[in-house]
Amino acid sequence: MSDFSDLYQDLILDHQKNPRNFGSLPDANHHADGFNPLCGDKISLDMKLDDKGVIQDIHFKGSGCAISKASASMMTTVLKGKKVEEAEHLFHEFHDMVMGKIDKAPEDLGKLKVFEGVKEYPARVKCASLAWHTMDAALKNEKDVISTDDGKGSEG
Amino acid sequence: MTAPASIKTAYDVEKIRKDFPILNRQVHGKPLVYLDNAATTQKPLSVIEMEDRYYREMNANIHRGVHLLSQESTKAYEDARVTIQKFINAASSSEIIYTRGTTESINLVAQTWGRKNIQAGDEILISHLEHHSNIVPWQMLCEEKGAKLKVIPINDRGELLMDEFKKLVTSKTKLVSVGHVSNALGTINPIADIIHYAHEHGALVLIDGAQSVAHLKVDVQKLDCDFYAFSGHKIYGPTGIGVLYGKLALLNAMPPYQGGGDMIASVTFEKTLYAKPPHKFEAGTPHIAGVIGLGKALDYVTAVGLDAIAAHEHELLVYGTQALSQIKQVRIIGTAAMKAGVLSFTLGEIHPHDIGTILDRQGVAVRAGHHCAQPVMDRFNIPATARASFALYNTKPEVDLLVAAVHKVLEVFK
Ligand SMILES: Cc1ncc(COP(=O)(O)O)c(C=O)c1O
Repeated sequence: MSDFSDLYQDLILDHQKNPRNFGSLPDANHHADGFNPLCGDKISLDMKLDDKGVIQDIHFKGSGCAISKASASMMTTVLKGKKVEEAEHLFHEFHDMVMGKIDKAPEDLGKLKVFEGVKEYPARVKCASLAWHTMDAALKNEKDVISTDDGKGSEG
Repeated sequence: MTAPASIKTAYDVEKIRKDFPILNRQVHGKPLVYLDNAATTQKPLSVIEMEDRYYREMNANIHRGVHLLSQESTKAYEDARVTIQKFINAASSSEIIYTRGTTESINLVAQTWGRKNIQAGDEILISHLEHHSNIVPWQMLCEEKGAKLKVIPINDRGELLMDEFKKLVTSKTKLVSVGHVSNALGTINPIADIIHYAHEHGALVLIDGAQSVAHLKVDVQKLDCDFYAFSGHKIYGPTGIGVLYGKLALLNAMPPYQGGGDMIASVTFEKTLYAKPPHKFEAGTPHIAGVIGLGKALDYVTAVGLDAIAAHEHELLVYGTQALSQIKQVRIIGTAAMKAGVLSFTLGEIHPHDIGTILDRQGVAVRAGHHCAQPVMDRFNIPATARASFALYNTKPEVDLLVAAVHKVLEVFK
């Protein structure tokens, strides 16, 4: 048993080992790339929306730490079949949860609540939220690579 | 000359540790094991107290007051310059320019010497091991001037390919700018050979000493480098203060860096006469407390002795390399024959960021990332490494704690 089960929950470890919806979508109509320059995490996200604004399919590719990979994988499983408004709503709830802005994780986050532990690890918040920021950009079809960094981060 | 055994004092790391108050603190309820010294080093009490005393007793602007405080702070500020001069054995204290750190020192050379001397078609040579701060300023200069940036390749151990280096030096090469020690891998580069060869072919040499100055004895006259840059915070001194050493003849011929107060001899609206080096390059009110603190830091290192420090850190490196290599998932990145106290590694498929978090919760501070040396990471086909880097206060029991913490990582991800 480890002392890290608050962060590295079994479900997270499972998704990082066996990421779901991994790969690209040839018929995607929404796409964005995300990058976390602090640790080099990269994600490339493909989405297929129908004309009613429902996410028909969503896939991701990339490399990164366990938290960012698991977060992307679980996000794709949750968002499939959801409406754009629901996806944006979950994004804001997820974001507030990992930032520690709310005391208790909202129930409608469902299994995404396993990421609640991230709020105790400030250095890892960006890892957990990278996929969601990228999803948000994909919905808007932003061309620039989404970066979790705002220009900080010089060190040796 | 060998001292009698009774006089020769052993390296007393426990005594040294008492000089660094931060080493007493706990993180996440565990004793701090600070192994991120390549990023920045901790400060001894003598440095902390000096900065404190400066603001309590001496604070005044320098070079411009007739009053006692200004005289005292000016004297302390200029005395530190002599301390630095002696520490790297420069010929004159006029060759010691205060900057904010290595980054600014390199940019200063690029913006002054570089903009004056580099022309279209010229070549600047760096290495594959460089920190971004010894890459980007030259890219910017080359872009502005239409000059070309060339890169000395490395082998799989992280050593410069010296045959390739020699092929890359041509009559167009105006400057070779290389690190003394790689911050990402710990490789100690053969800078004496590089300097000698570059000079034979008419190129100047800048040495990025950020990772060497606290770990190896540096004699800029013996090395014969043209510029040497380092940061105070990596040698137990304050942040925000660094040094550029330059040969006086070069400094005399270089245009000033920034314009302002303190860098002039006289100003009229028609014509300004610049001060002589080093003041020509030090416009504005500098980081006076930082300068004086840096002087104290160098005094501290001198008192312990750089040879003793290097021997101690080498012992830790050998011990740590041995211990980590026992773990079959560990891949050490950077296995040069000549290495300073830097242990960069990966752990199977586990991302360094996850390693860093789990180590941190056990009190072990390491760096996880690309170490501002992305080309090095690309060379080894990895996004990042975990890096433990040693300083004069680290111990073997701390290395044992690192190894135990790495085992914990494997347990979490088993
Ligand atoms: C080799 C090397 N060069 C340059 C630098 C930049 O130093 P500073 O950030 O103090 O300017 C560093 C520090 O990270 C370094 O390790």
